Amino acid sequence: MQSFKDSILSGRFTITAEICPPKGTDTSDFLKKARLLKGRIAAANVTDNQRAVMRLSSLACSVLLLREGIDPVFQMTCRDRNRIAIQSDILGAWALGVRNILALSGDHVSFGDHREAKAVFDLDSVQLIQAISKLNKGTNVKDAPLKGGTDFFTGAVVAPEAEPWEPEMIKFEKKIEAGARFFQTQAIYDMEKFHRFCEYAKGFNVKILGGILLLKSAKMAHFLNKNVPGVTVPEHLINELESAHDQLAKGIEIAARQVKELKSFCNGAHIMAIGQEESVVNIIEGAN
Amino acid sequence: MIITKKKDFKTILEYLTGRENIYLFGCNSCAEQCETGGEKEVKAMAELLVKAGKNVTGASMPDETCYTMLIKKHFREDRAAVEKSDAFLVLACGAGVKAVADIAGDEKPAFPALDSLYLANVTRYGHFFEGCSLCGECILGETGGICPHTQCPKGLLNGPCGGMVNGKCEVNMESDCAWAMIYRRLKAQGRLNVLKRIIPPKDHSNSVKPRVVIVESRMKKG
Repeated sequence: MQSFKDSILSGRFTITAEICPPKGTDTSDFLKKARLLKGRIAAANVTDNQRAVMRLSSLACSVLLLREGIDPVFQMTCRDRNRIAIQSDILGAWALGVRNILALSGDHVSFGDHREAKAVFDLDSVQLIQAISKLNKGTNVKDAPLKGGTDFFTGAVVAPEAEPWEPEMIKFEKKIEAGARFFQTQAIYDMEKFHRFCEYAKGFNVKILGGILLLKSAKMAHFLNKNVPGVTVPEHLINELESAHDQLAKGIEIAARQVKELKSFCNGAHIMAIGQEESVVNIIEGAN
Repeated sequence: MIITKKKDFKTILEYLTGRENIYLFGCNSCAEQCETGGEKEVKAMAELLVKAGKNVTGASMPDETCYTMLIKKHFREDRAAVEKSDAFLVLACGAGVKAVADIAGDEKPAFPALDSLYLANVTRYGHFFEGCSLCGECILGETGGICPHTQCPKGLLNGPCGGMVNGKCEVNMESDCAWAMIYRRLKAQGRLNVLKRIIPPKDHSNSVKPRVVIVESRMKKG
């Protein structure tokens, strides 16, 4: 099995997809979806209590994927752990064979199903990347040597359509300075804008995977625009979905078209199919 | 200023179960301005308590209820009424409740009538905005006087999160993103280079509780 890291560093267009852990210990659906994707994607991102909704841990699910022969990208947010727990879990992931990690701030607790919880954010995403870089060098964040460090392939997130753009750009550059080597972007819709971003990102030694969010229906697009920060589905795509006989098929077609477009100027695509992981195969096939 | 809000009267009555003679404390400072513990609110509370069958033995309105020595003085000046009571109800912030509880001693309880919320800027008359978290490690010099630890719900120190939408905050779309504001201000000051520096993780050892400060020069005067 070629690793995600080898694939993307080789210059090949690399596809990753997101899989969401179950809300409990029954992993049968999770594994069924993972097996569908095996061999079709270079790595599967395992989300970390996405939208601040409590689920099975991203670390445990990353290890389950490893056992299935799928290279996991272990997502780690800053929301639920302080710097001690963060380092401890990252070391744990390495010891269990996980090799890719994605550092994120994390959706705020106020979006989730445990709104009374304490939002931790002891570190932010830039500081989390720095912490991983230190563990990679064999020390903890206090520079004390470890008995065995890590060598993670570290990723981060960028929002190429953020407004205002300049503070986001400065943060993107800080993440690179801190040690991020690949970026999976938030959902992109404005390809022209994203193309310009990729041209600018070529000035840095990082790989960019464009975020593609599967629109399952026009209703979902409206929901995203209303409820999900940082996602703005343009009117023309919503119209395209609305006029379709089979909206899911249309959504898959749109996503496939976007992945295909990315192939001409980007290092890879990161497909987010939220609950509809079986469609990732159709998207990949449609993009061929 | 410390912002407070009133607790449910039902909660207050639960506190006072089995206590019939109540002595009230307001606060002529922050709680007076929040309209939670001024003269008016103490009077209204006394009426409610009487209506609920309690006996109000007296009330005090210290200039600042967080001054323990001032509470001692009020206890002395209204000794008869204080001694007649079997509980204190304090319409002030938590520091006020603590001051009354400490002076009341171990045997007579002091209960809070308010919840204490935050340290505020008075932005307009009656408008209270949280701008400082008293973290013990001020970084306002690097952030244009806007505290990301306080004004960003995630307390992020190195720029906006993915939830910034058109310069607004994902947690409250009515509010400006703290980092969008910091960016604008530093840009206007020609200091964007400051934004490019990675701010290290916060040193929380500066805020291990309880914190105590003793200003020795003031002690000598006292």
